[in-house]
Amino acid sequence: MALIITGASVLGEKTQDLYVDDAGRFVAEAPTGAETVDASGLVALPGLVDLHTHLREPGREDAETILTGSRAAAMGGFTAVLAMANTSPVTDTAEAALRVFDLGREAGLVDVQPVGAVTKGLAGEELAELGLMARSRARVRVFSDDGKCVHDARVMRRALEYVKAFGGVVSQHAQDPTLAGPAACCHEGEISGRLGLPGWPGIAEEVIVARDVMLARHTGSRVHVAHVSTAGSVEVLRWAKAQGIDVTAEVTPHHLILTTDLLEGYDPTYKVNPPLRPAEDVEALRVALADGTIDAVATDHAPHARHDKEHAFVDAAFGMLGLETALAVVRTALPDLAWADVARVMSTNPARIAGLSDHGSLDVGTPAHLVLVDPAASVVVDRADSVSLSRNNPWHGRSLTSRVVHTVYGGRFTVRDGLLP
Amino acid sequence: MKHLLSINDVSPAQIQEIFETAADMHDVQKREVKKLPALRGRTVINMFFEDSTRTRSSFEIAGKWLSADVINISAKGSSASKGESLRDTVLTVCAMGVDGLVIRHPASGAAQQVSEWVDAVVINAGDGMHEHPTQALLDAYTLQRRLGTLEGKHVAIIGDLTHSRVFRSNVLCLTKLGAHVTVVAPPTLMPSGIGPWSKEAGFATSYDIDDVLPDADAVMMLRVQKERMSGGYFPSAREYTVGYGLTRDRLRLLKPDAPICHPGPMNRGLEIAADAADAAQSAVLEQVSSGLAVRMAVLYHLLAGEES
Repeated sequence: MALIITGASVLGEKTQDLYVDDAGRFVAEAPTGAETVDASGLVALPGLVDLHTHLREPGREDAETILTGSRAAAMGGFTAVLAMANTSPVTDTAEAALRVFDLGREAGLVDVQPVGAVTKGLAGEELAELGLMARSRARVRVFSDDGKCVHDARVMRRALEYVKAFGGVVSQHAQDPTLAGPAACCHEGEISGRLGLPGWPGIAEEVIVARDVMLARHTGSRVHVAHVSTAGSVEVLRWAKAQGIDVTAEVTPHHLILTTDLLEGYDPTYKVNPPLRPAEDVEALRVALADGTIDAVATDHAPHARHDKEHAFVDAAFGMLGLETALAVVRTALPDLAWADVARVMSTNPARIAGLSDHGSLDVGTPAHLVLVDPAASVVVDRADSVSLSRNNPWHGRSLTSRVVHTVYGGRFTVRDGLLP
Repeated sequence: MKHLLSINDVSPAQIQEIFETAADMHDVQKREVKKLPALRGRTVINMFFEDSTRTRSSFEIAGKWLSADVINISAKGSSASKGESLRDTVLTVCAMGVDGLVIRHPASGAAQQVSEWVDAVVINAGDGMHEHPTQALLDAYTLQRRLGTLEGKHVAIIGDLTHSRVFRSNVLCLTKLGAHVTVVAPPTLMPSGIGPWSKEAGFATSYDIDDVLPDADAVMMLRVQKERMSGGYFPSAREYTVGYGLTRDRLRLLKPDAPICHPGPMNRGLEIAADAADAAQSAVLEQVSSGLAVRMAVLYHLLAGEES
């Protein structure tokens, strides 16, 4: 059904009506027979795009499915999510990518765009069939071994070169495994020393970021850095961009607020990879996001079944929920960031990085993907309210600013008045 | 205090109360019939997720001499690998009706997490690299008996600090009781962030054992695990001994009445020479008997006082 959305402040700027035709596209003039939606007091942004989501299907449908993850995404104002490849089986073939793609279309709440593995089985040794995934109907463009680092420099170099043929990008989980092994779970510093937790030093990220920007320069390729977590990585990125190296980067919402000291109670809710960092890093990440050194916010939404978190800290699973709270966390962390900049880092830039030309704008002629936000709302998060199958929510009990009121995906409400239809 | 998870849970006054009770318990050890009725009808479970001989048997005997029903459960291997969560494992055990849970686990923080899940009194018998509070109490008790007081005394702790829960509990306990502590290790075996930590907590650090020993009123040697070499923490056992071992030559640097402690098991010839371990000033065996008395005192304070 055609829509006339009235009264919304577009990108937080001037109030302007938005028109959507029967085909679900933005149009310049009010369509006939349209439903009028009063959006007074709300801010209209292009539908959010998440570069980094774990939907757990196939393999761990007890923690999340493509359908439940899509619901969580819609509730968070997203209209596209990139589903990471570390499922079981791994998304390392065109067939696996297509299955994720099709289940996403079947759920019909957001565009679920599969991320392809860089290497077979995420083993870091042989390239996965990147070209077949790219040429498939799923049109895979982002490749990542996320969860694991493509640590072998030769493999990373070849991957960066190879994906140039089809405009792909490698999203790197930057973690030198010799400096931060599988047990590493706490930012290395005074707190890890006191708590006796295996340290995950910032340098383990920074050496890979530094290496990869040099590889990108050498190969003339594009590289994307996933979940940047340290001030040192920001310095490298800033330098690399100044050199004209084709690098983009993302930061998670949680790294914009939560700090290492939360680990003092050994609560595995706060166990995440890369780990929560000290306040100095958090501050550097906020500055970098605002000044464009970091291009995008990506959730790293990582649902886990309760029993996978109810272990001793070092044995518990890494990761936290993020889709439903991402926008409010960004608003809370950076209250002075203009809405137009929020749209840039949560929609336009991630859509561009992922090559999703149907997303990231409110332009006439593009599919009507948008989110309407109540900018003044203050919400206390209750993990029981989540539509995700999992409850590993680090925001439980915290007050966050702003609330997603409506999400429109291709001209259709996927969330209306804060509820799924 | 409801649980004993960390030395942070006990005040200096509470530590001295435990020591007074421990002194009484020490006397019990000398009796022909070593049994007190204090914990009759109470059940204590020793739940050990990691191998241990001395700590487990020390807690077992301590509980039995206080007339508690003591059950040992060996749950080696992480529950994660068995597909059961730690929470399920301990809730299952506690559903049997347990008053005290003595827990040893290879993961730091496990005892604290468990204490949030169960109703029983939880005693940390060593959690990963984090803490081993009864070890610190028995060490301080031993030293206080030898030295009269810990106030103003200088204690050197030497060895693998990074991986040592004994160090972490001891530095808290000794400084709480007024001792000056210097910790000695090669830089690779110093915990990360020890600079700001030591400044804040008021202890000193050094890489030079020979510089520290002459001034020490007591010395505590920590076990160095040979597998640390493959981790690249130091090049060889020989080099470690030359740099950081309490060798026969270094024994001469030490004050003749300065007690030598070691939490065991000792690597004779690596971190401690036989001459030092068996020296007249060695307190190693006294630590074991003190350990029993201190653990009896801890069980008594946490479990017998519950009803009153």
